[in-house]
Amino acid sequence: MTFRAQLGWFGLALALFAGEIALAQPWDPADLEVDGRRSGYLYLTDQTQALQDDDFLNPGMFAVDEGRAVWNTPAGEAGLACADCHGDAEDTMVGVAARYPRYDAERGGIINLELMINRERVERMDAEPLDYESADLLALTTYIAHQSRGLPLDVDVSGPAAPFFELGEDFFYERRGQLDISCAQCHEALDGRLLRGDVISQGQINGFPFFRLIWASMGSTHRMFQWCNEAVRAEPYPYGSDEYLNLELYLAWRGRGLPIETPAVRR
Amino acid sequence: MAAIAAAGATFDPPDYEIVDFAIPEPLTDNPPDPFRGWQIVRDAGNASCLICHPMPIPEEPNHGNIAPDLTGVGERYTEGELRLRLVDPKALNPNTIMPSYFQLEGLNRVEEEYVGQTIYSAQDVEDVVAYLMTLRSPD
Repeated sequence: MTFRAQLGWFGLALALFAGEIALAQPWDPADLEVDGRRSGYLYLTDQTQALQDDDFLNPGMFAVDEGRAVWNTPAGEAGLACADCHGDAEDTMVGVAARYPRYDAERGGIINLELMINRERVERMDAEPLDYESADLLALTTYIAHQSRGLPLDVDVSGPAAPFFELGEDFFYERRGQLDISCAQCHEALDGRLLRGDVISQGQINGFPFFRLIWASMGSTHRMFQWCNEAVRAEPYPYGSDEYLNLELYLAWRGRGLPIETPAVRR
Repeated sequence: MAAIAAAGATFDPPDYEIVDFAIPEPLTDNPPDPFRGWQIVRDAGNASCLICHPMPIPEEPNHGNIAPDLTGVGERYTEGELRLRLVDPKALNPNTIMPSYFQLEGLNRVEEEYVGQTIYSAQDVEDVVAYLMTLRSPD
């Protein structure tokens, strides 16, 4: 082999290696800001960004793997696994998380991925619903949302969803708690500034479920809402409550066009 | 340190009079303790000043920066003006993000363990005001 040919092979190998790295980040960092809407990723330290970027280091990828196992494991009296009806999630679930939460006629309100999974378990699999924030429900939600990684958030807030969207918006702007502070006062007006050592982000939810370093675990949007409410000493709402579902819809719209990052890593 | 303001604090119902954009009279008869005030302002566990304000406390890391620097604040305001700014800053600016530290009116969905309690006790307010009055410009 001539030296020139060796150089060619080396170049090809390098290109493949670079392609492999790019797989872990299916977006350009420039895509993480859309018309002023900024992913929480952009407020992270370089070290935390690096942790999210590398699928071999990202601790949320364990939840993806666990979720794949849950997807393929039969549960309940019907003896069915998710995969028995839905096949390979890597084909059938692409784009689903980008449309959630959504209006649901059966509930007469908003449904999110977690509640939709549990409805399927109860109605199709004849299984017990998974506890909100249980490892299995977080893993399955993470696995499904991960299939949309890189796709833009695109929820429907029109028609029957509109009144619920407006309730979510009201929640975002309403002062609450002993500290009497609204979501908007920090996440709309002060992003990029510091509360003690913490950088305030816009509170975008395009990376959920996410791995939160200070929890050392995965967490859902509703767990984060509870944490935020308690930070201003406000009484939190329950997981899966209408108040949080409406807020989740509003926030998904507020981050419209941002690529899904699940599993994001955040402080 | 974390429990310094809450430990043994009694939560007196707010009772004060605003005169010319200030609360000229102290909230308690006890002499204020600026040293205790200095401990309270650092206490991240009690929603205290350093979370949002830069302060001349260089030995404490990670000051917030969403609110004005309090360096020299004791020269810029009178004691009564600082007292109102702690007790109920919304009396001056209804849209401020700064919490009212000695006020129970107009709150929404307060967490159960804090219902009926002000953020600071009357004595906490007096001690913090006394500490803030010691803050002078560096030169």
